[in-house]
Amino acid sequence: MATYDSIDEANAAVAQKIIDAQPRLVDVVPAKTVIPALEGRVVLHAGPPIAFEDMPDPVQGAAIGAALFEGWASDEASARQVCSEEVQFAPNNDFNAVGAMGGILSGNIPVFVVENGTDGNRAYTSMHEGEGKVLRFGVYDRSVGDHLVWMRDVLGAGLSEALKLFPDGGLAINPILAQGVAMGDDFHVRITAASSLLFRELAPKLARVGMPQEQLEPVLDFLSGNVNFFLTLGMAAGKATLDAAAGVHAGSVVTCMTRNGREFAIRVSGLGDRWFTGPEEKLDTLYFPGFSDADACPDCGDSAIIEAYGFGGLVAVAAPAVQQLVGTGEGGFADALATSEEQSEIVVADNPNMPIPNWDFHGVPVGIDIRKVVSTGIAPLITTAVMHKQAGIGMVGIGKVRASMPCFTSALEALAEARGVEPTG
Amino acid sequence: MRYSIVKPNTYQDSLRLMQLSNTLDDADGVDRVSIMMGTSANREILRGAGLDTADLDGAGPTDLVIVADVADAAAGERLVAKVDEFLTHRAPAAGGSRLRSARSLERAVDIVGGANLAIVSIPGEFVASEVHRLLDRKIHAFVFSDNVSISDELALKRRARECGLLVMGPDCGTGLVRGLPLAFANVVHEGRIGLVGASGTGLQEVMAHIDRLGGGVSHAIGLGGRDLSAEVGGITCLQALRALDTDVGTDVVVLVGKPPAARVREEVLGVAGALSKPVVAMLLGERTEADVAADICYPRTLEEAARVAVELAGTRSSRRIALRPEQRWIKALYTGGTLAAEAAALLGDSLGPAGDADRRAGFLFRSDGHEVIDLGDDVYTRGRPHPMIDPAVRTARIAAVMDDPENAVLLLDVVLGHGAHPDPAGVLAAVIGDGLAGLHARGRDLAVVASVCGTEGDPQSASAQTRTLERAGVAVLPSNAAAVRYAVAILRRRGASPVATSATPEPIRRLLAEPPRIVNIGLRGFAENLLQMGAQVVQYDWRPVAGGDRRLQSLIDALS
Repeated sequence: MATYDSIDEANAAVAQKIIDAQPRLVDVVPAKTVIPALEGRVVLHAGPPIAFEDMPDPVQGAAIGAALFEGWASDEASARQVCSEEVQFAPNNDFNAVGAMGGILSGNIPVFVVENGTDGNRAYTSMHEGEGKVLRFGVYDRSVGDHLVWMRDVLGAGLSEALKLFPDGGLAINPILAQGVAMGDDFHVRITAASSLLFRELAPKLARVGMPQEQLEPVLDFLSGNVNFFLTLGMAAGKATLDAAAGVHAGSVVTCMTRNGREFAIRVSGLGDRWFTGPEEKLDTLYFPGFSDADACPDCGDSAIIEAYGFGGLVAVAAPAVQQLVGTGEGGFADALATSEEQSEIVVADNPNMPIPNWDFHGVPVGIDIRKVVSTGIAPLITTAVMHKQAGIGMVGIGKVRASMPCFTSALEALAEARGVEPTG
Repeated sequence: MRYSIVKPNTYQDSLRLMQLSNTLDDADGVDRVSIMMGTSANREILRGAGLDTADLDGAGPTDLVIVADVADAAAGERLVAKVDEFLTHRAPAAGGSRLRSARSLERAVDIVGGANLAIVSIPGEFVASEVHRLLDRKIHAFVFSDNVSISDELALKRRARECGLLVMGPDCGTGLVRGLPLAFANVVHEGRIGLVGASGTGLQEVMAHIDRLGGGVSHAIGLGGRDLSAEVGGITCLQALRALDTDVGTDVVVLVGKPPAARVREEVLGVAGALSKPVVAMLLGERTEADVAADICYPRTLEEAARVAVELAGTRSSRRIALRPEQRWIKALYTGGTLAAEAAALLGDSLGPAGDADRRAGFLFRSDGHEVIDLGDDVYTRGRPHPMIDPAVRTARIAAVMDDPENAVLLLDVVLGHGAHPDPAGVLAAVIGDGLAGLHARGRDLAVVASVCGTEGDPQSASAQTRTLERAGVAVLPSNAAAVRYAVAILRRRGASPVATSATPEPIRRLLAEPPRIVNIGLRGFAENLLQMGAQVVQYDWRPVAGGDRRLQSLIDALS
């Protein structure tokens, strides 16, 4: 392992890993084929470790849905009991995986396989199911299971074949990110451009893999109709990239941010797999008609990996749609610019391969430094979908939320301890 | 040779790449260059342009392709380096109407492209650590804050001196760098008078009077109220005096302050007296025996300090004249008898007693080549009008004065009022303008110094006459006495030895010589003022590190 003379030097190496990473979508397979732990009665979830009983209702609902989908139970009551008594829950992040909202992942759910060309490491995530009745919002009726079966057996199998037609055996993700951020995506709450670009890549290949017409049509309809399909792929690209960056094993850069609906948590490059947790900050949400704060589930999901990766709230300036979210209405672009300029205070580098045109081609901010967060008091800003606190209702709005500051201060304390630094004062 | 590089999976917008290709087309050693994404259409374009290379076959639509004809491999490598440099973000030049702000010093410094001056107005207890951070980054500090301990002040100033940097203050209320007002400052014209002072209303009063008298200020370097104390020892004052002596924009140095501690006084005045430039020292509450001692002028009031400084430096519209060694004499051609007599008396005081002035020829003063002639004397007015009415008597003599290569200064009076010529300045300006043009054409020059005896109410208007003269290249001082003293100062400056003080540290030289790039830490209004003045300035919205948590601060320091 390389050694570094200073934290700054180590952080520069971490940032370079992030900049240099070459994430590539190489396959779509049932999760258990790439995460062997999922052969057993194991279910992965978003955020730091949490017991089934402590999960927010929609996350419990998703877990119940997974138990039904896996055939561990045949009705809700027994599925709840299985989840409560038999299923072993573990964080996605401990298995190179990430998941949106509750992030529930079980063995037969199909996952994107993203491989980082520079380090060869892989990351996994379930595919975006679309909107409405979907598992990630805690819906577990028969239609959800049927949709998952279709995603595995038709969509997933088709994509797996299609991906083999790409030269180098996969679809490079950096070019989509670089174009998407210039086209107004933040990849967390605005993913339209990237989803379109992804469709543009996939559709002609899907047309060549020999799927029957009656299968190909719904696949293409689903992909063209789902403007958020790229969401989890961006997350997995971030996971593959940041896992490689964590391999530097030094420095003070955030390599993971996530939340389980109860706690916010981070990991830091120089502190291995330790979780540093803190209470969640309150969401500031733009609600769909008819919903209010009283309906919102606390912030949840591994999708804050997007911000750890440098996108989301950090690139508010790039996303015209997000300006409406970060601004106070009047502020608009100026507020979005101020947000990105503020957020760029807490990172160690910019990614020159991903310039943001309306930010004078400033690169995407890279590498959140916990020292800078604590020193400036600027917490990373996360843009996020907000779901209903009851299982089965779904998304109620789009919000913004600050990362939990105690995560960063306790990580700083731990880093000082690891380096034998004694506090004074 | 053909040079090509493929950067895989590097997307850049095509318009930006076209702009980049054009920029690099005339780079050194590059015959032609094209930078494109490797789409099949683009590859065809490259092939069509004769920029074919084996690399092209392997390039895909998401790969950045650079193809060039270059002189050698080194030129190709330089080209790629330039591409990388272009594609790496650089902060745009500051300016424009929007005040940019930052929440950390690093980012603030970055926004102005490397700051070299900070204005600090944060609570005193945080000043020392913040100014140390500035000194770490080679940034001069103007410290408006008070409540900084004298031991911290001494430590900061000592460290600044070692680094060749200035710490102005603490408790520094006003300052001016290259015409840019710092903190509480009056808007004064730029000029050649440099000031050093404790920095408060003393500096403001002197600057305001200088401006009112037609003079201008190069810089005003504030010291803070304790710099001249025995504890601090005048560290910043000594740095500032030496810096202004070597500053090309400064001709005269004014020192304003309360009386220093005895030991400090000796050192400060020792350094001041040894400067190559004239020094005016206004040490309040201190009475010196003489007006001038050891080459330092000692005025009694702040207003007098301003007046003396303007008489030494000239007004802001005075031209700078490079006298040659043989240019030694003042030639004064007066139309007013008493004005001429005053000039004669003042020149006698300065240049030594007059020789045998020839009353019949209207000479009021003659010493070596210096002359004061009263053209209103009977010798000149017999059978013709007084020169106040008919300027021809004087204008006829101006050409000869200008032609004489030994003359350094042409000194004039311009008398206005009822009965006087309707436009005496206009007549003089025509002759002087032509004369100076002729001299300049021959690579020579001469100072023309005048005063205008008149009021705004006069038919000719004093200010209009002044402007006419100034446009012709005449230095117009606020009074006859001032004009005479300025004429003497011009001669004296010619005699001054070149700068002998040790070289000014480069960071200080640059602070005074180049537009400063300023970080304003604290009171936002200071930055907004500077922005309006067109300065490069960024607001650093300072907050205590880690919200003021000492324990976390110590950890951050230890982990930096």
